[in-house]
Amino acid sequence: MPYIPHSDTDRKAMLERIGVGSVADLFQDVPERVRFPNLDLPAALSEMGARWELESLAEANLTAGEASCFLGAGAYHHFVPAVVDALVSRGEFYSSYTPYQAEVSQGTLQSIFEYQTMICELTGMDVSNASHYDGATSTAEAVITAINVHRMRRKKAVISRFVHPEYREVIRAYTQGLDMTILDTAGEPEDIRGALDEETACLIVQYPDFLGRIEDLSPLAAAAEAVGALFVVVADPTALGLLRPPGEFGADLVTGEGQGLGLGLNFGGPYLGFFAARQKYVRKIAGRLVGQTVDTNGERGFVMTLTTREQHIRRERAISNICTNQGLMALAATVYMAALGKCGLRTVAELCYHKAHYAAAQIDGLDGFSVVRDKPFFKEFVVRCPMPVAEINEQLLRGYVIIGGYDLGEEYPELEDHMLLCVTEMNPRQEIDLLVSALKEVTS
Amino acid sequence: MSRPLIFEISRPGRCAASLPDLDVPRTELPEELLRDDLALPEVSEGDLVRHYTHLSQMNYGVDTGFYPLGSCTMKHNPKINEAMARLPGFTNLHPYQDQETVQGALFLMHTLQAFLEEIGGFATVSLQPAAGAQGELAGVLMMRAYHQERGDTARNVMFVPDSAHGTNPASTSMSGMEVVEIPSNQHGGVDLDALTAACQQHHERLVGMMLTNPNTLGLFERQVEEICAVVHEHGGLMYGDGANLNPLLGIARPGDLGFDVLHYNLHKTFSTPHGGGGPGSGPVGASPALADFLPGPIVKVDPDRSEEDLPFYALWMPTHTIGRVKTFYGHFGVFVKAYTYIRMLGPEGLRRVGEYAVLNANYLKELLKGTYPLPHDRVCMHEFVLAGPPKDVQEADVRTMDVAKRLMDYGFHPPTVYFPLIVDEALMIEPTETENKETLEAFAEAMLQIVAEARDDPDILHDAPLQAPVRRLDEVRAARDLILRWQPEENEA
Repeated sequence: MPYIPHSDTDRKAMLERIGVGSVADLFQDVPERVRFPNLDLPAALSEMGARWELESLAEANLTAGEASCFLGAGAYHHFVPAVVDALVSRGEFYSSYTPYQAEVSQGTLQSIFEYQTMICELTGMDVSNASHYDGATSTAEAVITAINVHRMRRKKAVISRFVHPEYREVIRAYTQGLDMTILDTAGEPEDIRGALDEETACLIVQYPDFLGRIEDLSPLAAAAEAVGALFVVVADPTALGLLRPPGEFGADLVTGEGQGLGLGLNFGGPYLGFFAARQKYVRKIAGRLVGQTVDTNGERGFVMTLTTREQHIRRERAISNICTNQGLMALAATVYMAALGKCGLRTVAELCYHKAHYAAAQIDGLDGFSVVRDKPFFKEFVVRCPMPVAEINEQLLRGYVIIGGYDLGEEYPELEDHMLLCVTEMNPRQEIDLLVSALKEVTS
Repeated sequence: MSRPLIFEISRPGRCAASLPDLDVPRTELPEELLRDDLALPEVSEGDLVRHYTHLSQMNYGVDTGFYPLGSCTMKHNPKINEAMARLPGFTNLHPYQDQETVQGALFLMHTLQAFLEEIGGFATVSLQPAAGAQGELAGVLMMRAYHQERGDTARNVMFVPDSAHGTNPASTSMSGMEVVEIPSNQHGGVDLDALTAACQQHHERLVGMMLTNPNTLGLFERQVEEICAVVHEHGGLMYGDGANLNPLLGIARPGDLGFDVLHYNLHKTFSTPHGGGGPGSGPVGASPALADFLPGPIVKVDPDRSEEDLPFYALWMPTHTIGRVKTFYGHFGVFVKAYTYIRMLGPEGLRRVGEYAVLNANYLKELLKGTYPLPHDRVCMHEFVLAGPPKDVQEADVRTMDVAKRLMDYGFHPPTVYFPLIVDEALMIEPTETENKETLEAFAEAMLQIVAEARDDPDILHDAPLQAPVRRLDEVRAARDLILRWQPEENEA
């Protein structure tokens, strides 16, 4: 059997020492009625057989690399340098557990400390935790943090409807037992301000928003502060390579999806939820925190700290139930951010910005298409199309091997026949030009 | 020996990335929205590789050595799993791509759902939850939704044994429900009389019970059928914490034992690596009564789009779903690894896993129990819990933590310590099926040697570890001084 090292001789000697006659005798506590079921599963494969099967399943998919991909909406086709996978593939990293025993986990702990520092830099915040499952769950945890900050006396969260639709669904799923009011507001600043009141625990906006738009968040920060609500910003980390960090606008908590930081698309996961906060909330936030300390020789070292907030200590009074998080993904993001560094992340962001604007200008010039330009945008933009988005996408795929944009009509009825396109550094000019000519052809 | 931080080896002007030139005209940037500076490190690729390679060498993993961390199932992570999960046909798929272009991925998910349903004895599985704790949250919310859907809205009490993982009560609280703790009996199982009394007391408010079986003492709950029966009798549902599923593979199916809902830990039972604390994956299985409440989407065959002999796999939201607990469909990359593992083992191989996990734990227990106190001396399942070092050694102020730290000097990762809470000075040891007899014996030898050392010179243990990358770390200082990020000023001083 694969992975089990015991010989018959080993087994016999071990059973003898235990004092039972057979391995089956070890299961006397299991009710006989249900003991040793026959599992209706396919017979075992050799490694070669497994590889063939998995390779054929992988080949049955069309990858974003084989196609020209202009789809974003929360998962982004960004370049991942080879060094990222080379380092996270080291068994010393990936085959370890949560660093409970700090002295033999300094690799994990120091890299998380570095990660926390980089996330603070990127977001302009004071503290970062060690990660959440993804951008949506880190945002849901931010809502719970906000009601805890208000000691459960405020139980209303105001959310811009231009926060990712799935994030809003996750927030509802997380808080369904907590007797909260989750208010989706129209996305314009005046609508948002009108929804805030003395019952509001937090205001959540996305930056750039789900439609790719960017704006000065200071007025919203001030409006939240005026009613004593926490200002939560869901940010795209790639955009933060170029744009003012939410901390400068007065954000109290910054969350987001770290997938763009070297993780690949992976059909939706595993990704990385980042979570940063102002210092005054450090004892109220969920998740693991790594802190610096010294060993008995006075040498610098790192440990998990403030663990009394967590479930394994506080049980039902814990801030969150989170235990396992996204350790290896946080490491990948750390290596990615270190690889790109001060200038590289800005370069990636600028490539996205200029290419997206080039694409938008070209598409805006096509008959029947127009780009919605009510606010500045970053790497995603909304295009009004002369026919249903699903039909366009179908033809782009069949005729040109292009993965088209996100159909906005389902989530936003007023945006029927509107497509959200995403352009990144992974789209060379030829691909953009191909998209433009394909859009022209499929609608003419 | 500590290492510099990546920021401390940074020098202006270095960069490890090589990016393409801009191939389109520039567009004016919105100056008022741009940031001034971004203080990320500046390093060459060579320096970057050495830095994180050195850090990896300060880490202990299953690939390094024996890692008997109880409750965590640190089994070998097969390399074929990693290779398959890195196939571009899996890694480079956008979650919103047309479903027609991802039929291979959806087939894999659909088949993995079916495998887990069969292994656990459940009607339907959702793969979405990201980790065990999120699977618990989903399961608890499903139990709540089930009662609410029936108009049974007064139910808000969850029973949790005193031996439970901390995530159980925490998940219950996050769901807005009240935890009532159920004590253990002298055999390490649930005290059935206390449970029955609690059922009678909370009767109309009972949501259900969260039970880990085998429990956190590593003991199979002998009265599991009676426990399920009494909870069901009072209108409650049974939640199974699947953290300890490894010894039940091919041995018993939780659904057959009476559980209504259970989370699986793919990163424990199904050999996917823990990644230094994630990514995990915590699929949830449900009985027919609870299946409609699962988080989603899940994968189903769409008959309308299927052709003869060519099923079309589609994403589908269960009718009364509790909703999405995360974006997209779960940790797909982890699914590929678990799928590969189940395909390589087959039904006989899975049963062998359960059997040898239990054989190894019992063998190691026999090697240690003459020296270390064993509160519940009976056949264990995949793990066992010792009550710290012998009494005379504890009287010399040598504690479980000292034993744990000294084990590092012998080249082993320590067991789980001080959990479960119901055993003083607990040492919770889970060897897993992938360890050979010699490794178990070498570990036992080290454990016995440590007791001998403690009797001879307790300070060796108080000073341990001596051979680890750093000496014992000051956790009190970390919490008091609270340095959670690097600051340039402090490090120049």
